[in-house]
Amino acid sequence: MRPNDRKYTKTHEWVKTEGDTVLIGITDFAVQELCSGNEGDLVYCDLPEPGRMVEVGETFGEIESVKAVADLNAPVAGTVVEINVSVEEHLEILSRDPWNAGWMVRLTPKTKSFEGSELMDAAAYEAFLAAQAH
Amino acid sequence: MKETPLHSVHVGLGARMVEFGGWHMPVQYASILAEGRTVRRTAGLFDLSHMGRLEIAGHDAIGLVDRVCTNHCARTPSGAIRYSLLCGEDGFPLDDLLFYRQESGVYLVVNASNTERDIQWIRSRTAGLEARVVDRTAEQAMLALQGPRSVEILASVVSGIDLGSIGYYKFAFGTVCGLPGTRISRTGYTGEDGFEIYLPAAEAERVWHEISRAGSPAGLLPIGLGARDVLRLEAGMALYGHEIDERTNPFEAGLAFAVALTPEKGDFVGRAALERLRSSTTRRLVGIVTEGPRVPRQGMELLEGDEGVGKVASGGVSPTLGTNIGSAFVRLGHDAEGRELEIDVRGRRQPCTVRELPFYSRTRKRTPASPVKP
Repeated sequence: MRPNDRKYTKTHEWVKTEGDTVLIGITDFAVQELCSGNEGDLVYCDLPEPGRMVEVGETFGEIESVKAVADLNAPVAGTVVEINVSVEEHLEILSRDPWNAGWMVRLTPKTKSFEGSELMDAAAYEAFLAAQAH
Repeated sequence: MKETPLHSVHVGLGARMVEFGGWHMPVQYASILAEGRTVRRTAGLFDLSHMGRLEIAGHDAIGLVDRVCTNHCARTPSGAIRYSLLCGEDGFPLDDLLFYRQESGVYLVVNASNTERDIQWIRSRTAGLEARVVDRTAEQAMLALQGPRSVEILASVVSGIDLGSIGYYKFAFGTVCGLPGTRISRTGYTGEDGFEIYLPAAEAERVWHEISRAGSPAGLLPIGLGARDVLRLEAGMALYGHEIDERTNPFEAGLAFAVALTPEKGDFVGRAALERLRSSTTRRLVGIVTEGPRVPRQGMELLEGDEGVGKVASGGVSPTLGTNIGSAFVRLGHDAEGRELEIDVRGRRQPCTVRELPFYSRTRKRTPASPVKP
């Protein structure tokens, strides 16, 4: 079971509340799709400039592997306040610890509550992945 | 999706499987970069059973091949192999292939995604000739063993033939893992020394395992299509759908060597159009290297200043050069080795430099792209 302290998107990002901000990253599934467990096959990651305002679903970063490019989409609207520079420099972090050390963007969300959004909890995300596999 | 006779072997090895040319194929068993280095340093084993294998039989088999192919089959010695294009009347390639010239008859290896169309096309061109096309794809498996250690590995499971006697782009028949009369060719798509072998489908698993066991002390590993793609790009070999398709002038793609416009070749499908295409080139296939972080990908535009001067055909991370590389069609006048261009990577620009293909040759030491400044 994936961590239940956060919400998930259908495009395989996660968003976790931390005080007044949220942390955003990509799931182990997204990493697996990019590099099939071979962290050396991750080649590049582009994260947004702090200060940038984003809407829900907006693409604000890219992660590239030897064989593919994946977009990083904003799970919630808000303003970028910090990015995880160490991920840009050490992409293997995404493969080793996508849930904690692998956070990518810290955002001040526009609204406090994500009620009514299309975000999924861990169980719903797992069910979504299972349905995708068929 | 079609499955090769080795499908369950790949799944058992934990390969990542993808659709390719209508087949469910292993793209990688481990890291694509590591697999690429394995082939350059030791040896790799590939399942290529998805590729189309056609036998052209009958009294006029060679005549039929010379009618539809751009290279000259009748002039090719028996036991030799040539790269060729199959072109439409308009001179644009329908496929690229290898033909194996036999004493009587010819064996073709074509791209998986084009196999059905090729068969229909060749059959539609048999008028007046005693020749037929037999599809051997389903009943045979095809393996490639590539890399500097491949000779010694294959020699340990082969009898009745000295592999040293099979020259580059030649083939012969020998006993492989107890199977007499097995077609063995010294060919490949990696730029390394190596072999491709053709087996009854029912024997594929056993032979795969026996070669794997025989090669494991030398470092032999299974290699997927991901590494195969970047190895062929390093070696400057075209991939249908990337460097060539139905709109490519073969002379722009650097394939003049495969188009015999000699008097001896005589007329063939597309010849008149190809004579015109030869003198109407406006761009040229070149290599590009980039020190930037982004990987060139098919379709990305190349710019010089604000002028669009080309388009990326293939791209990848080179395990051998350690940089991101690509092939690209660049407008004449902007295509000289060392020319500094920019790649448009999804709206952002990244510098790149024109290089001559191939990036890698195991026999030829390349000269530096530009003089090294002291």
